[in-house]
Amino acid sequence: MAAFVLDFERPIVDLEETISGLRELSAKGGIDVSAQIAELEAKATDLRKEVFADLTPYQMTQIARHPRRPYTLDYVEALMEGWQELHGDRNYKDDPAIVGGLARFQGRNVVVIGHQKGRSTKENVHRNFGMPRPEGYRKALRLMSLAERFGRPIVCFIDTPGAYPGIGAEERGQAEAIAKNILVMSKLRVPIIAVVIGEGGSGGALAIGVANRVLMLQNSMYSVISPEACASILFRDSTQGARAADALKYTAQDCLGLKVADEVIGEPLGGAHRDPEVVFTGIGEALNRHLCELEAIGFDAIAGDRYDRFRKLGVTHTAPPPQ
Amino acid sequence: MTDPNSPGPAWFHRAHGGQVPASTERNESLATSGMWTKCAGCAQFLRSEELEAEAMVCSNCSEHHKISGEDRLLFLVDDGTFEELDQEVTSLDPLSFFDSKAYSARLAGSISKTGRNSAFIEGRAKLSGRPVQIGTFDFAFMGGSMGSAVGEKVTRMFERGLDERTPVICINSSGGARMQEGVLSLMQMARSTAALARLRDEGLPYISLLTHPTTGGVAASFAMLGDVILAEPKALIGFAGPRVIEQTIRQVLPEGFQRSEFLLEHGMIDQIVDRRDLPARLAEILSLLLD
Ligand SMILES: [Zn+2]
Repeated sequence: MAAFVLDFERPIVDLEETISGLRELSAKGGIDVSAQIAELEAKATDLRKEVFADLTPYQMTQIARHPRRPYTLDYVEALMEGWQELHGDRNYKDDPAIVGGLARFQGRNVVVIGHQKGRSTKENVHRNFGMPRPEGYRKALRLMSLAERFGRPIVCFIDTPGAYPGIGAEERGQAEAIAKNILVMSKLRVPIIAVVIGEGGSGGALAIGVANRVLMLQNSMYSVISPEACASILFRDSTQGARAADALKYTAQDCLGLKVADEVIGEPLGGAHRDPEVVFTGIGEALNRHLCELEAIGFDAIAGDRYDRFRKLGVTHTAPPPQ
Repeated sequence: MTDPNSPGPAWFHRAHGGQVPASTERNESLATSGMWTKCAGCAQFLRSEELEAEAMVCSNCSEHHKISGEDRLLFLVDDGTFEELDQEVTSLDPLSFFDSKAYSARLAGSISKTGRNSAFIEGRAKLSGRPVQIGTFDFAFMGGSMGSAVGEKVTRMFERGLDERTPVICINSSGGARMQEGVLSLMQMARSTAALARLRDEGLPYISLLTHPTTGGVAASFAMLGDVILAEPKALIGFAGPRVIEQTIRQVLPEGFQRSEFLLEHGMIDQIVDRRDLPARLAEILSLLLD
């Protein structure tokens, strides 16, 4: 399976392939091509800086959706120990678009919940491209209640294009499922940290996002609507996603400015998929730091802290009632 | 066949959070000529004055026509008891959002068209003598979409219910979150619902009334969280709009899908109530819960 490459990544990836080809050649044949390699390496470094240093919001979105990007279970594997995945909503089904379970994280026991995308077509069909149905949200709710009963902090990884819009999902109350999670999360007495690792797609993301702290990876997004859907409404053309992405101001940096995010965690040049260890380390450090802070607040004040955080979100002003 | 490495099928890009649902056509084309109005249900001509007195419900076929937020509020509560609050709250344009027109201009246009600062009207009132907090969306104001101002007012309504220890009634009709305020409008779902959670903890009832249409971020927050949820007949209620679902699953939706009757059948709402019966019904439910 050829690795997926975005258009703007192409020249860099081509160059990197040439370099590794030369390396192989020199290793095999004993020909000295170190000068050419060094020259090409320098060129690649420049090119990476040129292309990746100043990405547009829509290019960042393409990186956030990159099929080689680390997903929830990759973070669980890299950061947690003793992972016990727990399945099902005890009501209808197990939804593979949301995973959850128990784990150990840097000396404490936590409950982890996250959207889960797939890498192959088969996996993506199984995971429904990370788009949960009501049973996924109800599984998440069950695990949050479990966390509350046993006093475990909750770590949520957000990465979804949105909640699934389908007949069965509507029949089983997609709106109610999301609403209920928001309601219950707002009152939980255990610390909740949400990390947007890829796509923060609307209500489908918020349904596991009512947290004391919301962290975002540098190239991730958090939006009320996807840029393509926004473009099809505004410009009657879903291919105008780049224009909509500029208008929606949903990048991690924008969200930090709007106080929707509390911290932006850096990614390696070109995105998390190019060197996942960097984001594993960054998220691990940030999670631990925020958990320590929240643990110091104490259970009684945790829900109040969360209330105050969300109460302030929004920009209004007062004007005299129009006549 | 989809490329196995592509970041997902093209259809999911259209998948969520649409602002205005597809089927808002119902009731839009109400033909009025002076004293007479043609019913959208039975095509009979009704005296406009009588139709208004019946809260825009046809006396012949019970078709529920569109009614303004303000008229609906006044029809529900005891005469002369509605005290509107927070009228001064209005949205800003934090993203400097611009499509074919600047959002600030759109906002100004809606303010001058409706004579209101936001898409939500709320305040104190009495219902069969009982003090309540009550609010309604004004669908004429940008499709009843929820931005920061609506979120602020819904939150204040719940908080006031808690402070004054009264029930809260919310009349929903909204296409969802307001795209032009971006992710901040999404956050209004959490902000308002957190205030509702506090109200619930104090044992104060909240009744949600769903009217045509209630979708998106409003449906996926306080609208679907009533202790009792009532709906008007044939209202479109759901998370995703029908057009989005059709585009996603590439099939035609069954007749009556996402209408009040469908939700009742699937256990999502408590009752479907004729608009003319609502004042008495709301008062009776509150009495049964509280007296
Ligand atoms: Zn009629």
